[in-house]
Amino acid sequence: MPKGIRDKVVLLGMGCSQFGERWEDDSSDLLLEAYQECIEDAGIEKKDIQAAWIGNHIDEISIGKGGCYLANTLHLPFIPVTRVENFCASGTEAFRGACYAVASGAYDIALAAGVEKLKDVGYGGLPDSPVFGQLARLISPNATAPGLFAQLATAYASRHKVPMEKIKEAITHISWKSHQNGAKNPRAHLQREVSESQIADSPFVAYPLGLFDCCGVSDGSAMAIVTTPEIAKKLKPDQELVKVKALQISVSSGEELLFNQWDGSGFMTTRHAAQLAYKEAGVTNPREEIGMLEVHDCFSITEMVAMEDLLISPSGQAPDDIVNGFFDLDGQIPCQPDGGLKCFGHPIGASGLRMIYEMYNQLLRRWPEDRLVKDPKLGLTHNLGGVPSQNVCSICILGKE
Amino acid sequence: MVGICSYAGYVPRLRLNRMTIFSAMGWLNPAIIMNAAGDKAVANNDEDSITMAVAAGRKCLDYYDPSHLGAVYFASTTAPFKERQNANIVAGALAAEENIRTADFGGSVKSGTAALLSALEFVAAGSGEKAITCAADCRMGRVSSVQEMVFGDGGAAIMVGKDNIIASYLGSYSVSCDFVDHLRGAESKYDRQWEERWIRDLGYEKIIPQVIEGLCKKHNLQTSDFARIIYPCYYGGARKKINRRLGLDPSQVQDELMMDAGDTGSAHPLLMLAKALEDASPGDKLLMVSYGNGCDALYFEVTEEISSYQNRTRVSDSIKTQSELTNYLQYLTWRNMLPVDLGMRGEEDRPTRWSLAWRNRKALLSMEGTRCLECGTQQYPPQRVCVNPDCGALDRMEPVVISNKGGIITSFTSDMLAATSNPPAIYGNIDFNGGGRCLMDFTDCTLDDLQVGKSVEFSFRIKYVDPKRDTTFYFWKAVPSVEVSDNA
Repeated sequence: MPKGIRDKVVLLGMGCSQFGERWEDDSSDLLLEAYQECIEDAGIEKKDIQAAWIGNHIDEISIGKGGCYLANTLHLPFIPVTRVENFCASGTEAFRGACYAVASGAYDIALAAGVEKLKDVGYGGLPDSPVFGQLARLISPNATAPGLFAQLATAYASRHKVPMEKIKEAITHISWKSHQNGAKNPRAHLQREVSESQIADSPFVAYPLGLFDCCGVSDGSAMAIVTTPEIAKKLKPDQELVKVKALQISVSSGEELLFNQWDGSGFMTTRHAAQLAYKEAGVTNPREEIGMLEVHDCFSITEMVAMEDLLISPSGQAPDDIVNGFFDLDGQIPCQPDGGLKCFGHPIGASGLRMIYEMYNQLLRRWPEDRLVKDPKLGLTHNLGGVPSQNVCSICILGKE
Repeated sequence: MVGICSYAGYVPRLRLNRMTIFSAMGWLNPAIIMNAAGDKAVANNDEDSITMAVAAGRKCLDYYDPSHLGAVYFASTTAPFKERQNANIVAGALAAEENIRTADFGGSVKSGTAALLSALEFVAAGSGEKAITCAADCRMGRVSSVQEMVFGDGGAAIMVGKDNIIASYLGSYSVSCDFVDHLRGAESKYDRQWEERWIRDLGYEKIIPQVIEGLCKKHNLQTSDFARIIYPCYYGGARKKINRRLGLDPSQVQDELMMDAGDTGSAHPLLMLAKALEDASPGDKLLMVSYGNGCDALYFEVTEEISSYQNRTRVSDSIKTQSELTNYLQYLTWRNMLPVDLGMRGEEDRPTRWSLAWRNRKALLSMEGTRCLECGTQQYPPQRVCVNPDCGALDRMEPVVISNKGGIITSFTSDMLAATSNPPAIYGNIDFNGGGRCLMDFTDCTLDDLQVGKSVEFSFRIKYVDPKRDTTFYFWKAVPSVEVSDNA
């Protein structure tokens, strides 16, 4: 069995830009905003960074290919810089590159950045592109992300014999809760509270998802500098250390897409990655041991089914947990304390690192009282990129000692 | 002896009531009230003459193995391609073999019978076992024109051969002349016609009797020998005159389907023949006539085999399966007659990669997938490594055509964000009967027609149009199965 990287990597510093419609800013401005906070927090200088990774999904309208954009923006002095892309897990993939670099001993200090500039597309939603290749384009439906994720609802309703009204009630509560949390967060894209009836009555984007079931399409960047526990202790002798407890990625095998066993009501990848991550982190009862969640709520329904795939809610019970407030900020396991993709926003390549940023600051108790999770214990972040039948899932578990 | 082995008609599901057109455009051309009775069959926004020809051809092949086809002929005056043989696309969608003869027939609405005659002669000459003619048209009249009123969209297919013949082919007679009643130049989208009185008096009323009388004389027959005489002519007065001149009893004359479909151009005589065969009895003599810059007349005699065939497929089912298109502007939008804004998402450039389409032509045209020889798992698109996690065999596959298998819905949605001229985009996951699955577009349905577990069939449709390169690309879509009741 592989040993994993539990407790081998420490977050030395993090930064996150304001998310939102940053009409006046380039990807480089967003990166620099996150970088300034990150390097200051890490307490090091640029020359101390030995390797860097940048996560970015839709390169054609922002930073282009390769690692040059990040290297040029920061003028990194001829160090290795790698651009990674793995759908919505791209930010976490950049983080994985940096963590593995440090855990392997190849480097002492590495940087992981994520950035996405979506508001140069010119229309709402994500741009149309042949994400699964040219043959798939000739076969796949004329689909958008909301339509593909919306089908989780029809499949879930069929599998668990749950009426669509009950699902609608649960996903409405999910968006309501994210707006409650986002409203408290000055860096979130959407900072307004909305009522449950406003959410439930919003026009359909893709049945049964309404406008408020869809996350914000945002510009933003987030960044992390990682190192070993030994170096961190030397550099920051007085600070508590936030450690990586687990970092797992799972990618669809084609089974969901082509084979008839998967019923479309959840994510095989999330289940797979969650089991591996709990094992790596030494978690045996996630419902008791995980203290807070930042999950991939690209759509409210994605968050709902994730609660079961992450083995937090028992099968068929996620809607009940949700409406009972289990995942509210004052609930047993607060989910999306920063507002989530729904309200903090979803600049794809930055999202994974933004989630880690929230866990990091919660664990270090840096937020004002009204945003703090009571007992954060371990924090879990979860990205789900692609579509339900073909996707990439990343899970990261963070904790203190 | 050669003759017809099977027949099918395809009338698209949507109907535009002609009064809807008149209500919108009667202010401009009040005379169109003369043609405002009944419904015009309208191709959906993802249908054209190729897809309708395929729809009819597939029905025609329902109980036959497409590998027996020696020729596939396509007839239309609205073929989507001037160069790139349309018949090859039809043949591919029918899962025909590649070592066959294919040809496009066009230039006149009598191209349907020209193709059918060629198919009959192909089989008679011993060139192949069976040949299919798939005809379809989707002709356009200008807004508020008579042609817009009388033309309808539709297709028909006739398969001919030497065995199991339901109607023997006994002879033909043709008249060909440059009678320019209707005209469409190579670059023109819309039909242009000469004065209707002239078309009626010198066209239909002269040339149709001429060809019928010619055939009767050639084969020593009387018009009264025929149980049915099938000819297209949408002028009611002219039909009466023709019938009178030929001494026809009204019961002998096949209805021209103007109330249910309209004049479907190249397909029309074949569609009317298919409808006539549906009600024919053994021993009936049928005379089929096309009309367009002359006429072809074909003479058939129905055999005992007809009775076993008639229960299988019925043009009436296609006519009965209908839904009204209530918005004339929607029709104009689909025909690119209004400069609508589909949003920037609809403007994304989508060049077709022809070398890729060639490599994958069977997967794309007939939805050919693979079945694992080790574990039997059916999968689509074709895989080299078996997707069954308990198998995983490499290169142990046999081909399997999926397009005729149907399947069931396992999830679905309707999407208001996707760019389409027919919102919402409806799609979902289909589990194929026999195994395998695919996320597919749905068509000819609304959200209310869908539920998890419901059966679907597959229909060959326009996948996208690339206006920049004047190209259409086709693929299969799911259509919820429709039960047609027997109560007419």
